[in-house]
Amino acid sequence: MAQALEADRDVDHIIGLDVEEPKVPLERTEYVRADQSYSILARIVKATQIDTIVHTFLVVDSTHMSGRQLHETNVIGTMNLLAAAGAPEGSVRHVIVKSSSLVYGSSMQDPAWFRESMQRTAPPVSRVERSLVEVESYLRDFAVDNPHVTVTLLRFANVLGTDIVTPISKALETGIAPAIMGFDPLMQFVEEDDVIRSLHFAFDRQLQGVYNVAGDGRIPWSEVAHICGVRLVPMLPPILTGLTAGALSSLGLTDLPPELLDLLRYGRGIDNRKLKAAGFRYRWTSAGAIDSFAQARRLRRSVGASRPSYTYERDVENFFRRSAAVVRRPVES
Amino acid sequence: MVEPIRRQGALVPLRRPEERAAPLSDPRLSDVDEWGRSEHIRELTRRLYDPIYRHWFRAEWEGLEKIPTEGGALLVANHAGAIPSDAPAIMHGIETELNRPVYGMADHMFKGMPVIGTLWSRAGGVAAHPENAYRLLREQGQLALVFPEGTKGPGKIYTERYQLRRFGRGGFVEIAMRAGVPIIPIAVVGAEESMPTLFKVPGLARILGVPYVPITANMLMFGPLGLLAYFPSKFRLRVLDPVRFDVPPDQERYSKSRIMDAAEDIRVDLQETLYDMLRQRRSVWF
Repeated sequence: MAQALEADRDVDHIIGLDVEEPKVPLERTEYVRADQSYSILARIVKATQIDTIVHTFLVVDSTHMSGRQLHETNVIGTMNLLAAAGAPEGSVRHVIVKSSSLVYGSSMQDPAWFRESMQRTAPPVSRVERSLVEVESYLRDFAVDNPHVTVTLLRFANVLGTDIVTPISKALETGIAPAIMGFDPLMQFVEEDDVIRSLHFAFDRQLQGVYNVAGDGRIPWSEVAHICGVRLVPMLPPILTGLTAGALSSLGLTDLPPELLDLLRYGRGIDNRKLKAAGFRYRWTSAGAIDSFAQARRLRRSVGASRPSYTYERDVENFFRRSAAVVRRPVES
Repeated sequence: MVEPIRRQGALVPLRRPEERAAPLSDPRLSDVDEWGRSEHIRELTRRLYDPIYRHWFRAEWEGLEKIPTEGGALLVANHAGAIPSDAPAIMHGIETELNRPVYGMADHMFKGMPVIGTLWSRAGGVAAHPENAYRLLREQGQLALVFPEGTKGPGKIYTERYQLRRFGRGGFVEIAMRAGVPIIPIAVVGAEESMPTLFKVPGLARILGVPYVPITANMLMFGPLGLLAYFPSKFRLRVLDPVRFDVPPDQERYSKSRIMDAAEDIRVDLQETLYDMLRQRRSVWF
């Protein structure tokens, strides 16, 4: 995301906050290390008078985080962020939040396609879903209390792509697509490139309101496995699914969070036409996103992990940027 | 006149080529559509079902020409038989005669059933959600089949045959109004006798979480196989005149009394037609 913003010449300053070091080379972004609940944010906002906050730290994958950490990051982190953004006489004019289609859940009573105005049909069961629903309710309150701030809420379908790691991509990476016996749900994906582009689009066009972001089409899980060239293994029984999944994950065979189990049973579709109507052009369909992941996976299998852990370029870039010895010339635009 | 020679190197304003929307790559491998329907599997189902339709039930249609060959329409029928045999017969008949797909709308319950739910979806079943119906009818101009009686129709016992139950809360009328499509009622005779329910086991139904557990005459004759084996009753289907509503589509809400009146009119019409067909029927089997 920061890379995409750096390419935008209208953006003067970019400040990145994360609990971890950035994993990609960044040229103009100033990085600040934050604690898990992003409590430092208010001071940064005040000090730098920034006008736009792009909130992308919501955790949607519960497999690598405890419930408490998840709550801390998603709920408390968002509260801190909104408090910083809504400070009296604050400078913030636009808040963009990256949420997930998990807020719609996945249940028997669902329509084939969720539009932005629709509510989930079953109460949230998993921690991630609960926290996201809570976050969105804070955001709604924030939007009402701060009419001078443009609030964009983007709900993303399951992301697949060349680099991103999600519970689904992890499962597919092993060469096995876990399935529930007798179910072949329709799934929807969005390519990671389209994720970044849609966030940038929301920033660029000052979109207001809730938007679904997902590739066109819904693909049966069996076909997803087929496109990736992995084997579909119906390892989960239709009853006592959660229990079996728990047992399998403690054996280290799979790692399927509860919200994914619902998805593997009922699937989900979100209507992406509102964002299209706003002028956004997708580059990938659902099947295209799967294919993009499949190609990257094939490449990884041939050449190993494509990103070397250390590149001298980054240190050289740092040198060029920071060293007083470098002769600076104004950039022509 | 000599055209002025442009100075070399002068900037000539060129229109920027418009960004053309190239079709996105969509590497699909199956023909499963957004509703889960696969034309391939549908074709297979039709081939398997055709002998049953032709030689077992010997289905006969009346007024099939009243169903439009294009554009959306909501088909509404009476629902009967412990495991209803009318839905496949109606879908098969229209698809083979008119050569256009029919989406059968049924309770969400199906989605929760392993194997059956998936097959049902691939064979053209869609969960009966108002949004689904609207999208099918209004945006995609398809034929959708609903049974307004819901599970109360097939859930009745043999002594109540051909007595229409309440038509829900008239939701199907509201959808047709919103989607701006006609409702086409279809009266089906024969499904009741293909799998008559003798009595029900409410306790077991509660445990299994299904609307009813029927003990059918088929079960008594064929044992557990009776769940699959229909009696060869003669199927007659009569299409009634399309019902059109002179209200603008896409409204937030429609008059509730108007909806209930229309639903009741359609129910009475269908009931009268059923009685008429039964008066003319000489035998259940021929």
